[in-house]
Amino acid sequence: MTQYLLTVHHNYDQEQPAGREVTELFDAVDRFNKDIIAAGQLVFAGGLEAPHTATVVAMRDGAVVTTDGPFAETREAVGGFWVIEAADLDQALEIAGRATAACQAPVEVRPFESE
Amino acid sequence: MSGPQPASAADEIAAVFRRERGKAVATLIRVLGNIDAAEEAVQDAFVRALEKWPIEGIPPSPAGWIVTTAKNRAIDVVRRESSREDRYKGAALIHGSAGVERDIASGVAARLDEAVEDDQLRLIFTCCHPALAMEAQVALTLRLIGGLETRDIARAFLTPEPTMAQRLVRAKRKIAAANIPYRVPTSEELPQRLSAALAVIYLIFNEGYSATMDPTRPDLAREATRLGRELVHLLPEALEARGLLALMLLTEARRPARFAPDGAIVLLADQDRSLWDPALLREGRELVIGCLTRREGGPYQVQAAIAAVHGSAARFEDTDWAQILALYDQLFAFQPTAVVELNRAVALAEVRGPGAGLALVEGLPLDRYHLWHATRANLLDRLGRGSEARAAYAAAAELTSNPAEREFLLRMASGA
Repeated sequence: MTQYLLTVHHNYDQEQPAGREVTELFDAVDRFNKDIIAAGQLVFAGGLEAPHTATVVAMRDGAVVTTDGPFAETREAVGGFWVIEAADLDQALEIAGRATAACQAPVEVRPFESE
Repeated sequence: MSGPQPASAADEIAAVFRRERGKAVATLIRVLGNIDAAEEAVQDAFVRALEKWPIEGIPPSPAGWIVTTAKNRAIDVVRRESSREDRYKGAALIHGSAGVERDIASGVAARLDEAVEDDQLRLIFTCCHPALAMEAQVALTLRLIGGLETRDIARAFLTPEPTMAQRLVRAKRKIAAANIPYRVPTSEELPQRLSAALAVIYLIFNEGYSATMDPTRPDLAREATRLGRELVHLLPEALEARGLLALMLLTEARRPARFAPDGAIVLLADQDRSLWDPALLREGRELVIGCLTRREGGPYQVQAAIAAVHGSAARFEDTDWAQILALYDQLFAFQPTAVVELNRAVALAEVRGPGAGLALVEGLPLDRYHLWHATRANLLDRLGRGSEARAAYAAAAELTSNPAEREFLLRMASGA
């Protein structure tokens, strides 16, 4: 088994869905989550607040410096993620396929280093 | 026989290895769960062959000998690795369905005798996995299945050798790290996965076919044909694989007539058709006929059918353009692209005159494509619009990167 990080690449420039659309999207993601929990494939998941709510801490000249985030100003940013466990990449891609259909944004599939 | 061997013995051994290497590597990857270990085992077997074959002669079944020798060597390696459990665990593995055996060496021995043909399919579909970039798919296919050396693949794609080596290392690392499975796709996945593999083979073929005659570059067209044959053998039910093989054979058949002795391009209309290879034409045509009776269709089968119609015309004037136009209509249904429309326009011009062809060409959004300009130029010329034709040939020459094509187009642009 390999663990994969599935990140949702959200386009924050685009007009955000509203009203009924949001409810439908949330419902779809909810169903997807239930499915992968039932299949024993979910390790951990979460949705993130918008990038402008982020704060960056970094070492500068030996001291920790705090600055307003995000780390990189880009149109697309991670909006949420899943950590899943799958037999191989093909299974991970199949799961990611259902994830992207549910959340309606591109999903990147990246393997964790094996220990 | 004793004493120093003539250079040809080593060459012969190298040729046998090139031919059989892919099969051995495919089986050994499954057994060892690791591409690099499989390649090393085959390399070791090659060294052994260089020592033994000149004395004992080439064995009756060289492929069997290579696989057995490489396997024995691989079992030794696995034994040694498994005694260092920690290192073995840390090694990047592609896990087969069987997982990691407790007694690794006996597990390896048991898995040696499973069907080898499935291994070749596993290897093809791993090399052409959609998670890998196209250029990585091509490099892996040529290296692992085709058995080409990294330096030869680099030369074939006019890429520096370190770049190509890096590309291969990265692709193999991704296969291991992302755990790309080593298996034959399910029947549901097969159509999509097969079309990815066919695309890789066709790209290799076209790279070889469009390259000018550089004797130092490996013959990619022949390599692609060999891969295509292998795929047809492994997947006899896959009609599109047959279609691609037929297309490559029928295209390859015309190769001897494509260039004049001075290296200049000769157009289809002007080719000396007696130079076409009759054996390749016959084989390609038989494959096409076999496909047509099955009536499942597909873009490679249709393109092969078009090539077969060209191949059946003893003279350019005898070409059955109505048939070709109908086939392009079919192809457009599968691939509704502007490039297919451009080819259809050429057939349309033969059936309904250059004016009709030109009207179709003018509407296509292909002004960055040299063949759009060249086709347009040819039609303008036939309509007696000489100066516009010459300007279009010049525009085409600007856009091509192939020296022989550029020379041809410049000659046309100068009105010669």
